[in-house]
Amino acid sequence: MTTIERRPEFLIAPALAWLTVFMVIPCLLILALAFFRRGTYGGVEYTFTLENLALVFDPLYAGIFLKSATIAGTSAMIAAVIGYMAAYAIVSMPKRTQPALLFFAVLPFWSNYLVRTYAWIVLLNREGLITGIARWMGYEGELPRLLYTEGAVVIGLVYNYLPFVILACYAPLSRLNPEISEASRDLGATGWTTFRRVILPMTVTGIATGFVFVFVLSIGNFVTPALLGGGQFQMIGNLVYAQFLTANDWPFGAALSMILIAIMMGLLTIQTFATERASGARHGTD
Amino acid sequence: MDHRKSTRFMLLVLSGVFAFLYIPISVLLALSFNEGGLPTAWTGFSVKWYGALFSNQDILGAALNTLIVAVVSTLMATALGTLLAIGVEIRRRKGRFLETIIFAPMIIPDIVLAIALLSFFSMLNVTMGLHTIIFSHVVFNLAFVCAVVRARLKNFDWSIVEASTDLGASILTTLRRIVLPVLMPAIVAGALLAFTLSVDEFIIAFFTAGAGRDSITLPMQIFAMIRFGVTPEINALSTIVMSVSLVALALSQRLNRGGLPGQ
Repeated sequence: MTTIERRPEFLIAPALAWLTVFMVIPCLLILALAFFRRGTYGGVEYTFTLENLALVFDPLYAGIFLKSATIAGTSAMIAAVIGYMAAYAIVSMPKRTQPALLFFAVLPFWSNYLVRTYAWIVLLNREGLITGIARWMGYEGELPRLLYTEGAVVIGLVYNYLPFVILACYAPLSRLNPEISEASRDLGATGWTTFRRVILPMTVTGIATGFVFVFVLSIGNFVTPALLGGGQFQMIGNLVYAQFLTANDWPFGAALSMILIAIMMGLLTIQTFATERASGARHGTD
Repeated sequence: MDHRKSTRFMLLVLSGVFAFLYIPISVLLALSFNEGGLPTAWTGFSVKWYGALFSNQDILGAALNTLIVAVVSTLMATALGTLLAIGVEIRRRKGRFLETIIFAPMIIPDIVLAIALLSFFSMLNVTMGLHTIIFSHVVFNLAFVCAVVRARLKNFDWSIVEASTDLGASILTTLRRIVLPVLMPAIVAGALLAFTLSVDEFIIAFFTAGAGRDSITLPMQIFAMIRFGVTPEINALSTIVMSVSLVALALSQRLNRGGLPGQ
């Protein structure tokens, strides 16, 4: 055994120190901040209080939470359905074309988030491409507003996170043994029954992972509501942003993000638990 | 017959999904070369909007800032992340706590890390600017570098390290002459990935940049421009930004086949 094998701590220490100073401590600070009082002039007064957390459940803010959850839930649902169908279609293609198809499905995910969101402004705005096409096709009447609506925000979120869902669904689908669905058909099940009773239960973990991911990233998002929602309505992300950069109520902002983190951790835990159970059940029946 | 029908349906689904994913980006790309600049009428091919970018001082300044942030944070993160990866993989016993801390920067929502760092820097009365963006970007960059390098280390033959030290090489020599050369493709791939993430990162930079105009990065500049509406300059700028990340990503993929986290 060599010295570096006996003392790997020297290699780990610098990065660990960095993460402690610039991630762990700041996050603990936010946690603490949620329990302090807001100072008269926007600063922080160091007296313990539960007011900030209570304020989160005030009907006004609870409403914003509900709205964010609705938008995030809708986006996650749509992304999960489209993503699963796309992954299913990729798996049904010849084996050697699959890696390329998957690569191109995931590629947009690696381009700039703002640019991808902006692309939808170009398509949806009043003088945008969709209006242009409608005019070109001879439609003269008043078009409904497309940009700065909840629908635009949902489209933007689905668009940005769809590649991840495809990736998450592809993994279990590609591992599926084709003999299983053949066996199901041989035993007299129709295509739809085979899908519903055999394929779907075995690959539902991919959908769950994709759904949770899109939901978690959407509910705290402030860029997409700001750009595609145009400030027409607030989501939690925008509210947190406002507390820190304009309203200057840091303790309340900290309390809001704490709830946000709690929701996310809760969902991720449920998802991990469900995935483990599902794979456990599968091994049990094998 | 049934099978052929379902194959046709699958092809239809795929074309739909790929159209949805690529039409918006392609429209943007095409419009950046549209002479008139309007999204509704094609008036001829032109690169004049790219020319306009290069005479815009705000954009040039922001691009320079982005380059500084990305290069410095990538270098720091590559050093820290590589050492971390080697250290963690040498240890036989995997600590759950350590694993969580290393994994955390990749899953913490940007906005949470952003406000946490903003509060942290202000409480310590640190003047914010490019340096605070760099410190913050190192956090997630080092996690990604570490992930890429660790993937390569999974099938690393540690007996060559033993052989090297048995033959009398010092630890540093062994690291420099044996471990690093073997890991080099993964290290460069990790660095390119970190560079891409840093160039594109908006939220954390936005919160940790401070109030001054001279620490604005390119994504911050783009965000500010987008809020005022659609202009041909943004189309051109978007096309450039997109190309830079895709080129860096393609290089990273080539160097390190299948080693990207999540792929």
